Amino acid sequence: MDMTITEKILAAHARKEKVQPGENVWVDVDVLMTHDVCGPGTIGIFKEQFGKGAKVWDRKKVVIIPDHYIFTSDTHANRNIDILREFVAEQDLPHYYDVGTEDYKGVCHLALAQEGHNRPGEVLFGTDSHTCTSGAFGMFATGIGNTDAAFILGTGKLWVKVPESMRFEFTGEFPSYIMAKDIILQVIGDIGVDGATYRTMEWTGSAIMKFSMEERMTLCNMAIEGGGKNAVIEADDTTFEYVKRRTDRPYTVYHSDPDANYFFKKTYNAADMEPIVAKPHSPDNKALVKDCTDVKIDRSYIGSCTGGKLTDFLAAAKLLNGKKVAVDTFIVPATVEVEKDLQQEKLDGKSLMDIFKNSGCHIGDASCAACLGGPQDTFGRTHGTEVVVSTTNRNFPGRMGSKQSEVYLASPYTVAASALTGHITDPREFFQ
Amino acid sequence: MKHIIEGKAYVLGDDIDTDQIIPAEHLVYSLSDPEEKKNYGKFALSGVPTENAGLPDGGKVFVSEGKHESEYSIIVGGKNFGCGSSREHAPACLQIAGIQAVVAESYARIFYRNSVDGGFLIPFETQSNLTNETKTGDELSIDVEKETFTNKTTGKTHTMKSLGEIIEIIRAGNIFEYARQSGLIQPSETLNSP
Repeated sequence: MDMTITEKILAAHARKEKVQPGENVWVDVDVLMTHDVCGPGTIGIFKEQFGKGAKVWDRKKVVIIPDHYIFTSDTHANRNIDILREFVAEQDLPHYYDVGTEDYKGVCHLALAQEGHNRPGEVLFGTDSHTCTSGAFGMFATGIGNTDAAFILGTGKLWVKVPESMRFEFTGEFPSYIMAKDIILQVIGDIGVDGATYRTMEWTGSAIMKFSMEERMTLCNMAIEGGGKNAVIEADDTTFEYVKRRTDRPYTVYHSDPDANYFFKKTYNAADMEPIVAKPHSPDNKALVKDCTDVKIDRSYIGSCTGGKLTDFLAAAKLLNGKKVAVDTFIVPATVEVEKDLQQEKLDGKSLMDIFKNSGCHIGDASCAACLGGPQDTFGRTHGTEVVVSTTNRNFPGRMGSKQSEVYLASPYTVAASALTGHITDPREFFQ
Repeated sequence: MKHIIEGKAYVLGDDIDTDQIIPAEHLVYSLSDPEEKKNYGKFALSGVPTENAGLPDGGKVFVSEGKHESEYSIIVGGKNFGCGSSREHAPACLQIAGIQAVVAESYARIFYRNSVDGGFLIPFETQSNLTNETKTGDELSIDVEKETFTNKTTGKTHTMKSLGEIIEIIRAGNIFEYARQSGLIQPSETLNSP
């Protein structure tokens, strides 16, 4: 055998002994995830193609997580939630996390993990490009459009072209001020926004395997910003421990063979890594934070599937604790579970929530919020020429709302340090 | 499937992402309702910064105020066209605005796949970057079977990269028709219906 993890998972789901990169195969789908922005369109196509009375292929394998446009008065957005509700009722779907109820979760990629839908060895498709986040669990996960999702709803299958794999290894140990966000921005800067197009980004090495599941998710989350089809990290004890607390469903663990073929391999020395930003208007517009300290900011933003997890807020709180922010700072927990953790997790006897409130941050409710702009009344959305430093994933023109605003992507440490000074700031200034 | 696609070019640069193609605030409209979905044509490419809208000069409006259809039929782009989100609203809005083909140096994977599987438009890849020799408003002609691109304004013809096996899905119309024709799903398509 000489296959990568991704090739092994796809082979198993195509019921084949072996698959080759470039080969088109039909795979059996374990989970299909959709949300409020793409769910209604998917449902529309499903009904058009399979008939009004059609049933989904397997009600237990469909997961619907409204998360994008939740706290808005936009009537079309609210109508879209109603379409999801109607479909869930009609199909009797058990995995629906409804808005305005205690089932509501928030951002789908973290909710999938927290609710036990991410399991090693499985194939998960989602109508969201950041579905690649789930690869952190040693599974195959990628984003698709409404048409492909509707095809899966009816058949439980989809064709995929087996991707070539790129292997990124980090040896040694990361410095304490480096986060997964710095690493993914470094690598995207190195390979470019189309450097992994159609390919797998496989992460490995002792430094990567020391990352928590949340940090691994950050790393895999932005594979799409390198053009990647999927990202993957071999499942290990850290994975098993996380999954065990969330689900008792059995799963299969795959490892890449030592003689597997890679399109590209690169090894980094973890100790050499430095805090990184992606300057406007592209995630590959890499610069060292220490070279951007003359950039004045109007706003900082900590949230999203990329940078709104407990780990991200723990990092921010460490720097903001006992200090006042110099610019408008928006805190948006990705999920309700993270929101609860902000109340319960303590630093110097204070909850993270209190630390953020005392330092003058604005706190929003769990959702995608301004990461992608959204309706006019979205929390934290830009409306003018704001310069924002953000823990989110994209900084193309207009991504956070206004076409005139400028977004710098950075780690929670860098965003918090910058919030305190009002200009882009190297977090090392706040590390003793 | 049309054999010849003709019309005016609208030229864009590299890395045109889905937020520029259809800004996220507009993703609330229905794609199933024939009237409501016209909004997607109205806002197609509205996220492109003015200076990059319709190269080489920029400042060219893609869809005129109050309309949902564009005077342009073919988009000519650089590398990594359609990067970013998986929103199918991106190829859909271009189709609603009247775009029949995009001709770009390369594509982001999900946009390419959505364009083909949903049957919205044909994403042709070029051997070289044609954005430098094509101006917004040039009259173009694409021969789909021969995979050639002709700029009637300049008189130049290029052979594009082969569509390869995906031409089968394009010929069928979309992934559902393709699957029915190749026996992967049943022709009547009532797979799970009672």
